[in-house]
Amino acid sequence: MSESYKAKERVVYVGDSRVRKGNMPNVPADYTSYPGKSEAFIPNFLLKEWMVGCVVLVGFLVLTITHPAPLGYPADPTNGAFIPMPDWYFLFIYQLLKYPYLSENYVVLGTIGIPGIAFGALLLAPFLDTGKERRFYRRPIASSLMILSLIACVYLTKVSWDHYTHELEKTNTIPEHIEREEKAREAAMAGQERPNYTKQPELPAVVDAGDPATSIIQAQCLSCHGTEYEGRGNIPPLRGVGDKYSKEEIAEIVTNGRGGMPAFGEGKGGNVELSAEEIDQVSTWLAKQKAAAE
Amino acid sequence: MFKTVYNWIDERLDITPMWRDVADHEVPEHVNPAHHFSAFVYCFGGLTFFITVIQILSGMFLTMYYVPDIINAYASVDYLQHKVAFGGIVRGMHHWGASLVIVMMFLHTLRVFFTGSYKAPREMNWVVGMLIFFIMLGLGFTGYLLPWDNKAYYATKVGIQIAESVPYLGPYIQELLQGGEVVGAQTLTRFFAIHVFFLPGALLAMLGAHFLMIRRQGISGPL
Repeated sequence: MSESYKAKERVVYVGDSRVRKGNMPNVPADYTSYPGKSEAFIPNFLLKEWMVGCVVLVGFLVLTITHPAPLGYPADPTNGAFIPMPDWYFLFIYQLLKYPYLSENYVVLGTIGIPGIAFGALLLAPFLDTGKERRFYRRPIASSLMILSLIACVYLTKVSWDHYTHELEKTNTIPEHIEREEKAREAAMAGQERPNYTKQPELPAVVDAGDPATSIIQAQCLSCHGTEYEGRGNIPPLRGVGDKYSKEEIAEIVTNGRGGMPAFGEGKGGNVELSAEEIDQVSTWLAKQKAAAE
Repeated sequence: MFKTVYNWIDERLDITPMWRDVADHEVPEHVNPAHHFSAFVYCFGGLTFFITVIQILSGMFLTMYYVPDIINAYASVDYLQHKVAFGGIVRGMHHWGASLVIVMMFLHTLRVFFTGSYKAPREMNWVVGMLIFFIMLGLGFTGYLLPWDNKAYYATKVGIQIAESVPYLGPYIQELLQGGEVVGAQTLTRFFAIHVFFLPGALLAMLGAHFLMIRRQGISGPL
């Protein structure tokens, strides 16, 4: 750019602006004061940094190829049994909010108090730690606070994860994205099409809805199997169940339970025990639930 | 030919100093992993930017298929994952990249902290860096909902409940994020808009400020 100004002028502006030209050149420091081999950013240094970048990229792509991104079943707001789980980097705060003195009546401490102090201090670190010293071992307060918070975050994350896996075990749940992937693999091995969760199958109508057995079913089964017998998430519908199972098979499932379903038989340890007669009524009715013959 | 075009533009706009400044500035020995292997800790900032670029590119491709409404969101992700050529790879990169960018940024923050590089005159750059950190967490939170599976839905529900418990502002934050009485159709479109327009815009502005300041001040000296 041509810089044309008359040396006689008393005030000199920058370019065509009204900003006065000062005599404080803002030239970045060169590193001639540091002994050693400095080099140009492009291409010399960037090529070296790119080697580190390549190592990371290869690791990243291996991870991507060996572990497909998880996907569960479609969101179902009525699913009361789902165990919520945030992404791993929010677990520390998720766990923090589970402690009695940081939740319920004290939740302000958990949401604003502790995170506010921790993140506020982190945000304003340069104004809190104003000493000239840069080496971490000469800044014992700043360094030890940081190390303590790191340990706390790792600990909280671990506790939260353990709690989650424990809860999965207790409720005998396989995380949906894993179950979905396994079912897809099984289908592929069997040469079938991948199960499609995106469209709801047409369910057959309920047969003989006025039967007395439905009162037992309404009381015991529908809280999981759906008020319209339509199933819920990965819990199968009861409509059309007679096409899949015979009466004896249904009685067996009701008596002993299966997968996530509790046992209803006498002495089987379930919360609810139905008599053999009741189970017979229920399975007789369920076995009648077949698609209408066309 | 290329040179003629370049000269033609350069004569008019004087573009040489812009890229010369970036290309020719000196990188000191103490951050160069070729000279001291331990200097790889100085690479985490650059790697964060590298992964961020991957996130932006993979995200741009994902939006070619993704549909932000509650009926089709899951179906479009399912289609993208299983039917689109390399869709699973692109979605995988975006999914794992989200975690990786947090890891890299975390390591970069620790490096800056433990080398005391945030001290005067670089205070402002640290504050901007922390804002970038919060924006990234916001991107992680809003992006988590978009596949619209149960995990996404319930994590968002819990997250919004936590935000709601903030005194005074809580209900407003909840309404802003949720857009209605429940986590539903409005929430999904809002999270999509925040994830794809608001936060990336803020992120790019902050990254620009971050890089401008590091260029002005240079990297901190050896310990």
